[in-house]
Amino acid sequence: MAGDARDERDGDREHPPTDEAALSARLQRLGERLGHVHPDRPSDSSPGQRPTADPSAIARGFRLSTELVAGVVVGAMIGWLLDRWLRISPWGMIVFLLLGFAAGVLNVMRAAGVVPHNTLEPPGSGSDN
Amino acid sequence: MDPIHQFEIKNLFPITHIGGAEIAFTNSGLFMVIGLLVILLLMLGATGSRAMVPGRLQAVAEMSYEFVASTLRSTAGSEGMKFFPLVFSLFMFILVLNVMGIIPYTFSVTSHIIITVALALLVFITVVVYGFWKNGLRFLKLFVPSGIPIYILPLVTFIEVLSFLSRPVSHSVRLFANMLAGHITLKVFGGFVTMLSAFGFLGWLGAVLPFGMTVALTALELLVAFLQAYVFAILTCIYLNDAIHPGH
Repeated sequence: MAGDARDERDGDREHPPTDEAALSARLQRLGERLGHVHPDRPSDSSPGQRPTADPSAIARGFRLSTELVAGVVVGAMIGWLLDRWLRISPWGMIVFLLLGFAAGVLNVMRAAGVVPHNTLEPPGSGSDN
Repeated sequence: MDPIHQFEIKNLFPITHIGGAEIAFTNSGLFMVIGLLVILLLMLGATGSRAMVPGRLQAVAEMSYEFVASTLRSTAGSEGMKFFPLVFSLFMFILVLNVMGIIPYTFSVTSHIIITVALALLVFITVVVYGFWKNGLRFLKLFVPSGIPIYILPLVTFIEVLSFLSRPVSHSVRLFANMLAGHITLKVFGGFVTMLSAFGFLGWLGAVLPFGMTVALTALELLVAFLQAYVFAILTCIYLNDAIHPGH
């Protein structure tokens, strides 16, 4: 799903710096060696099934609790600071509180998986976690 | 009987003075050191024998390694594995401190927002610095979705930036609030037990209910302690994924 599409694209991207290339090469060699030891581990080209007792469902539930609040709080904070610095009270607060609310809703929808995380690919090509 | 009393920071001994403010070794610092020692002993004990058939200690260490590694690999791809030390350290640190905090008379370090904010900012700054270092200005594409009409693009970009900035807030507040609320609830129900049992025999009978509640809540807290460490780790992976593969 996500992994192979990304890996293909990364292959023809610009070359990373040398030490990083050396690190990736070492990781790849280690992966090949581990492949002999763990033949059951899914390789990167075929992302395997997640384990059935997946804790990420509960984890996603926990994520939702604070995402909205965080967006609103950050929006309010930026609005308040702009009001103080530019002396445009109350417009900074009004505008950024609304924008923060929108960002919070976006956060929640992303955390719930309603909106895909990636925004550059056309919808439907669907690579999301 | 004050449920907040358990979160009080006590200075154990002063270390140095910086600008007139006393920098002291606190009980929070003490429990961080204990947590580090626990992790260190676990890892050293596990890698000491390196048996083909793992013993208990080695099995625990290998399971935690496999767990974090598979989470990171499935979220950020194999390129994300170069951040494995960071994610594994964060996961083990939070997990050990969360679980230690459940033991009575200990101090739960992760229920202080200053700790969780420091950890969340560490991740946030890593993402920003690595994202710009690896991708240059392409990293900014994270905020500019494609396929959006040009007249609402500025608005959407603003919202995306705000959404990005709100990450460290939700990242830190979630861990802190869950630990704080859980420990206060435990303390309140524990307080009911002692208060009721002061009323003689009938009080003892009545105290059974909050006592059962405390036992159940302790089990729940154990689950929350693990899940919060996992949530922190998986969100770190998701955020790192944005730095490694932006604009997707």
